[in-house]
Amino acid sequence: MASPLLAMTGIVKEYPGVRALDRVDFDLYAGEVHCLVGENGAGKSTLMKILGGAVQMDGGTIAIDGRQTVINSPVDAQRLGIGVIYQDFRLVDELNVAENIVLGQEPAGYGFLTALDRKAEHRRAREVLALLGESLDTRVSAGFLSAAKRQIVEIAKALSRNVRILVMDEPSASLSDHELNNLFAIIRRLKSEGVGVIYISHRLEEIFSIGDRVTILRDGSRVETGAVQGMDRRTLIRLMVGRELEQEFPKEDCTPGREILRVENLKAGMLKDISFSLREGEIFGIAGLVGAGRSELAHVLFGARSRDSGSVQLNGEDFDPQSPGEAIEAGCGLLSEDRNRYGLILQMNIRENVTLSNLRELVRGLVVDRRSERTVAERFAGQLKIKAPSVEVSVETLSGGNRQKVILARWLFTRSKLLIFDEPTAGIDVGAKREIYLLMNDLVRRGIGVIMISSDLSELLGMCDRIAVMCNGRITGILQRQEATQEAILSLATQFAEAEDYAG
Amino acid sequence: MPAERPTLSRVLSEYGIGAAFVLELTLFSVLSPHFATVDNLLNVTLQTSITAIIAVGMTFVILTAGIDLSVGSIVALSGVLTTVVLRADLPVPLAYAAGLGAGLLFGVLSGTAAGIFVTKFRITPFIVTLALMTIWRGTAFVITEGRPVWELPEGFSEIARARVSFLPLPTLIMIVVFALAHFVLTRTKFGRYVYAVGGNSEAARLAGIRTDRVLIQVYVLSGLLSALSGILLASRVNSGQPNAGLMYELDVIAAVVVGGTSLFGGRGTVIGTLIGSLLIGVLRNGLNLMNVESYVQQVVVGVVILLAVMMDRLRKR
Repeated sequence: MASPLLAMTGIVKEYPGVRALDRVDFDLYAGEVHCLVGENGAGKSTLMKILGGAVQMDGGTIAIDGRQTVINSPVDAQRLGIGVIYQDFRLVDELNVAENIVLGQEPAGYGFLTALDRKAEHRRAREVLALLGESLDTRVSAGFLSAAKRQIVEIAKALSRNVRILVMDEPSASLSDHELNNLFAIIRRLKSEGVGVIYISHRLEEIFSIGDRVTILRDGSRVETGAVQGMDRRTLIRLMVGRELEQEFPKEDCTPGREILRVENLKAGMLKDISFSLREGEIFGIAGLVGAGRSELAHVLFGARSRDSGSVQLNGEDFDPQSPGEAIEAGCGLLSEDRNRYGLILQMNIRENVTLSNLRELVRGLVVDRRSERTVAERFAGQLKIKAPSVEVSVETLSGGNRQKVILARWLFTRSKLLIFDEPTAGIDVGAKREIYLLMNDLVRRGIGVIMISSDLSELLGMCDRIAVMCNGRITGILQRQEATQEAILSLATQFAEAEDYAG
Repeated sequence: MPAERPTLSRVLSEYGIGAAFVLELTLFSVLSPHFATVDNLLNVTLQTSITAIIAVGMTFVILTAGIDLSVGSIVALSGVLTTVVLRADLPVPLAYAAGLGAGLLFGVLSGTAAGIFVTKFRITPFIVTLALMTIWRGTAFVITEGRPVWELPEGFSEIARARVSFLPLPTLIMIVVFALAHFVLTRTKFGRYVYAVGGNSEAARLAGIRTDRVLIQVYVLSGLLSALSGILLASRVNSGQPNAGLMYELDVIAAVVVGGTSLFGGRGTVIGTLIGSLLIGVLRNGLNLMNVESYVQQVVVGVVILLAVMMDRLRKR
């Protein structure tokens, strides 16, 4: 091949007390997909932030088309044709699709009083979307779009700037399989047009389906770069983790005990005729495409959304929580999909986050008894092996897996009997994923019933005793562990009840 | 950017504003011989007490990422209500109980109303309290027909003038209010909930906290403390003035923000607010002693607010 499109050489980045990147080399050719993998904290994001101009490096060089360049700001990066799509999308919810796509590229000569040419904006936006094979309505506000559509708008935004290097940080985190295939088609199209794509993901199967080369980072250093073809899953994991990982899904056989939860003919919003039961010691999976109603079901059970009809029994008692507070009281806990937004209070430390839902138990007289509060937090932090210097450190300093454990500790302290995990391992690295699975084993051994909602089919197949598949607000089938396969789940997940749609 | 550690930066920002405050005290001590006297310093605390007490309530509100613009008008109307009731020829102890009770009760009701509009009708705090601000101001003028309420029972003015040993009573009340608020914020369940709701209200709700109730309580506290200040102010001017407390909301918000509380909620302390209030109070006092013209004073105060907040941000980098 000719000289690389991008060559980052000997990149060093230091933060107080840590060397986040230690002489990392990374290159990218036109028309290739170069995957970047590594555990959280390995330095992937830092490397990409340097490329995107969000962070300045402390050493090393960057060359584009063989010419050395300096990237001091996001504007520099844009001028060089570098587009970064961050994990948390950077769209302005209040602006429409077209406005988001052309944002920042409004004609330079325009003064305060010159009106923008809206027609031209929409035309330009539609052109770019057409390149992606998409026909989104450009007048819709970005806030109304699904995660998948938002991502397409992000890509369009980058393309409209004539991007030559496109960085995608965990693009699949909130996509269903179908949407992911769509994304891959787009990536292949970009490749054929000579765009170099840097693809970051924790889901290794994606790397095998889309990647040409892969670079593995560990603890801020590059471990290896090589063709994806010559790698297998096992090698990749070993390189990432630095040791052999015995078994990805450490499922234990459990004999289910008595029934904890019984849902009958539940109806709420888009949810129709939901019936299932859950027994002690069981991990019950819920599969489905994005928008199938999985999170809605979790929210109804957790009292965050009201129901129209049907009955739910928790531990043999009627359970109709009007608020999360009531659900928690009855022994239900939810680990949300987006733990930073719906789970943690990032300004608070571990101790405060753990005890938040059960402070009542720690109040002596008027005050929260800090000593026992600390003891409680330390006990759970120890049990769940939360990696932190102390329970007084802010949760902002924790990795994704440890943040997940903090919320889990909260629900253990409220003595939950039913725990609902919504995408428990989204954005969590391989080593920490395994730890979460081991924790689930531990939970079911304590007699807690676990519901696991996931878009990652391999983890559902690997960990669940039974898997309910949802489509369009209803359960289209419940599979036993033995009969569950990828194909069986996918076919149930796309089983739209056509006959009824015609009737209704 | 390096990882932010909120507790450390919280301490740092307090330390930053504390340093500025010490610098200010030193500067005025050098520039004016009348500044560093016990009498003058006590006088500053007395003058600052009115807005500082309101700033405590405002700190709670701002910690939840809200704002309360109605505080100045509550000062006026609570003062008017108290003085009007005081003039109603009731026997003395009852008159005071009814007068003070009316003023404080009004503060509580106003706060409850604000809280309900914010939580149950989902109107932004800025709009709700802006509306209440003009409603209460207007009501104060309507009740008094635009004239101050004079001829109050003897002794009413003593509230603001009394001293407990050497401390002016309003200063003492301020100290007690700050101490209690600090305790509540740092040690009680309610305090923890205030930070949680301000830090991430959705996560707080999903953690089982009744966020609506916390918000209502916060506005009630702000209303109550504003009314308390309103009564103290009425006592100091020995009358109910319908135009009392004009623009107080801005002074108070300035003190809270200078004290390091984030307008986005979830971060801040009442100790910061105390220093912020005193910093502005001392500035006004010092400038007065140096015979700086009042128009110029406004300019200086504005510049100092910007500098203080800027210093705070620089420290956090």
